Amino acid sequence: MAQSLGYLRQTASQTAGPYVHIGLAPGAAGFDIYERELGHDIAGPNAKGERIRVEGLVVDGTGSPVKDVLLEVWQANSDGIYAHPESRGEVEEGFRGWGRVITDFDTGEWGFETIKPGPVPSRNGTTQAPHLNLWIVARGINVGLNTRMYFEDEAQANAADPVLTIIEWENRRGTLIATRSETDGTITYRFDIRLQGENETVFFDV
Amino acid sequence: MSGPAEYYMRDRDIHPPALAPEYKTSVTRSPRYSLISLENTVSEITGPRFGHSDIDAGDNDLLTNYAAAGEGPIGERIILHGRVLDENARAVPNTLVEIWQANAGGRYRHKKDMYLAPIDPNFGGCGRTMTDENGYYSFRTVKPGAYPWRNMVNDWRPAHIHLSVFGSGFVQRLITQCYFEGDPLIPRCPIVQTIPDADAVAQLTATLDMNATIPLDTIAYKFDIVLRGRRSTLFENRLEGN
Repeated sequence: MAQSLGYLRQTASQTAGPYVHIGLAPGAAGFDIYERELGHDIAGPNAKGERIRVEGLVVDGTGSPVKDVLLEVWQANSDGIYAHPESRGEVEEGFRGWGRVITDFDTGEWGFETIKPGPVPSRNGTTQAPHLNLWIVARGINVGLNTRMYFEDEAQANAADPVLTIIEWENRRGTLIATRSETDGTITYRFDIRLQGENETVFFDV
Repeated sequence: MSGPAEYYMRDRDIHPPALAPEYKTSVTRSPRYSLISLENTVSEITGPRFGHSDIDAGDNDLLTNYAAAGEGPIGERIILHGRVLDENARAVPNTLVEIWQANAGGRYRHKKDMYLAPIDPNFGGCGRTMTDENGYYSFRTVKPGAYPWRNMVNDWRPAHIHLSVFGSGFVQRLITQCYFEGDPLIPRCPIVQTIPDADAVAQLTATLDMNATIPLDTIAYKFDIVLRGRRSTLFENRLEGN
């Protein structure tokens, strides 16, 4: 025997279950309770940068859309700064950089509006390509899944990104890159997330 | 070395695996490839911050936050309280804690819940609060009921309250469930049993707390939550808040 290190043990994760909306998006569950639901406004009115829409599906191992997902996004502003004291710099007033969105109960489609983030610093003085950090919970997901969404039109930055390039299987890196389209002045990035099966999305242990 | 001080790794001996076949829904919703391990960057060590302007003072009182004036939900009145800590036993102050649950009959107020137990007109089933400077939080609610669910033909969930916690970095983000001491359904539940470690299950089980119980009024359960801890930068200037 040796000394105990004395650390506490982490609380185990459990699935968010099918009714996660009651707690985190009660309007979607079918009732109004809070004055302000959190997570609807990611960038705020004053954020600089390109206004974008991000949308997609979460697909299970059978190829079916998952219709009870909740996603959270965490992102930097267009200068690559997070709204947090450990990120160097200030963000625009009202920029939170965090949001949550649920999938449509009938179709499984999800989508949110935000601004395109800038590149952010990485370790050892390198730079990360612009990206959104995503966290996915649902019934059947025992520990929330972390992934990242990168931008198709940032090919050069993506090629040098220290996270994308750490993925040994180059053919899997594309699962993290959203496709860009423009319709009537709205810029939309499409990002389908495949939990399992062909083209399974890369998920991270962070 | 030049990077932020990292959070301790998620302890995979404590957390459930993605694929737990006894919990059938996990079978098609679990990645088959290994997760790619990343060192923490600024994207991982930062996370959203909330303030008292984001919520209302009564949001943590489920006995009143959806009840008609002068009325209240049916069920056993309880206080659920505890602290949010990290593995270093440091308090996690000013962090958002959100909860949701079924009513005393085991029915959720959700348009997808078709269980035959009735909706309680005076119970919404969700609450939220910020931890104080010592990481302390509390809610008032009713004890939720057990309910059946479609997994094996005769599976019943033990009484439980779902909790969502942020911490200070996005890597600390956690959703879990709190069970209640003495519930015979706990060891029978396929969702509980996704957790590979008996002590970790015990840690998800709230303890009757007679000292916090209000006599003739409300019975209390204590439930502490431990988020991932963080390494100190031993050879660099300490970061703020670490």
